[in-house]
Amino acid sequence: MAKKIPEIPSASLADIAFMLLIFFLVTTTMDVDSGLERRLPQWVDPEELENDDRINERNVFVVLVNRNNDLLVEGEYADIDNLRERAKEFMANPYNDETLPEKEPTQIPYFGETMVTKGVISLRNDLDTQYGTYIAVQNELVAAINELRDELARERFGKPYKELEGDRQNAIRDIYPSRISEAEPKKVGGN
Amino acid sequence: MSKFRNQGKKELPPISTASLPDIVFMLLFFFMVSTTMREVNYKVDIRLPEATELSKLEKKSLVSYIYVGEPKLQFQSTFGMAPRIQLNDQFATVGDIQDYVIAEREAREENERPQMITSLKVDENTKMGIVSDIKQELRKSAALHINYSSRERVER
Repeated sequence: MAKKIPEIPSASLADIAFMLLIFFLVTTTMDVDSGLERRLPQWVDPEELENDDRINERNVFVVLVNRNNDLLVEGEYADIDNLRERAKEFMANPYNDETLPEKEPTQIPYFGETMVTKGVISLRNDLDTQYGTYIAVQNELVAAINELRDELARERFGKPYKELEGDRQNAIRDIYPSRISEAEPKKVGGN
Repeated sequence: MSKFRNQGKKELPPISTASLPDIVFMLLFFFMVSTTMREVNYKVDIRLPEATELSKLEKKSLVSYIYVGEPKLQFQSTFGMAPRIQLNDQFATVGDIQDYVIAEREAREENERPQMITSLKVDENTKMGIVSDIKQELRKSAALHINYSSRERVER
């Protein structure tokens, strides 16, 4: 006659599960990493690099950051608080100013023939520039382009840029391209 | 009359706790799935810079990290105070980055490789010289999609 096996008590099951739960609660980290997303230019062999200065001077917005974290924008001292406004003005060029970049008529879906800026933002930093300042400057430049895109999206489609469908986003991105070029760093003054 | 009066005196039965383990298990599975264990021990001190135009790193499995900062106090006797690069769990030099990128690339599925992102976690007081060197190395190894890890700035 087979002896009846007594049932395993399940009263402690909850305690065990609680213990595991507390362990995972403590070790869990929910924070999502976030940051400024950029794309680096393709590597070019320095020997093959030829200096071509075909870009017209009025099409370049030069931002220099020196070793003391001072800003030089288009040849004069500037404050980081004004950088966003100036970069926006440069990229948009609303009144077709002679000193601001040229525009080129381009066919763009949803917009038809539109004047697209030829402007390029050139950012150059010193080897001793602080990383925090560099990120702050990058942030302002990216913010300028993002704001321009957002304004255009609201004006044209009545929605913020982020909520638009993919091909509409592409159209706006064609009008305001994110052209931030980073020159090879070198010493840029500041005693 | 007495029919109704009796009802109020009835004792409440105790709430059954039989479903308690099930509820706890449900929570447990939620945390087990959503958890990500910290994979590396920081050997450098990093205080991230602040920015507003942030984008999230959605797919953790596609991200490889490069840490730069001053060595922590217990390593300062051997490695000094100058900012150093940390790859995985070790201090590294600029020359190791290309090998690291290749190793990271080899570890991913072939179809995922074009979407890989390199996240730079750099202390805000670091000089740009070392960051520029890293960027040049990344360009050489064709890891062009990068993310400057930063904290959200609260606009005043």
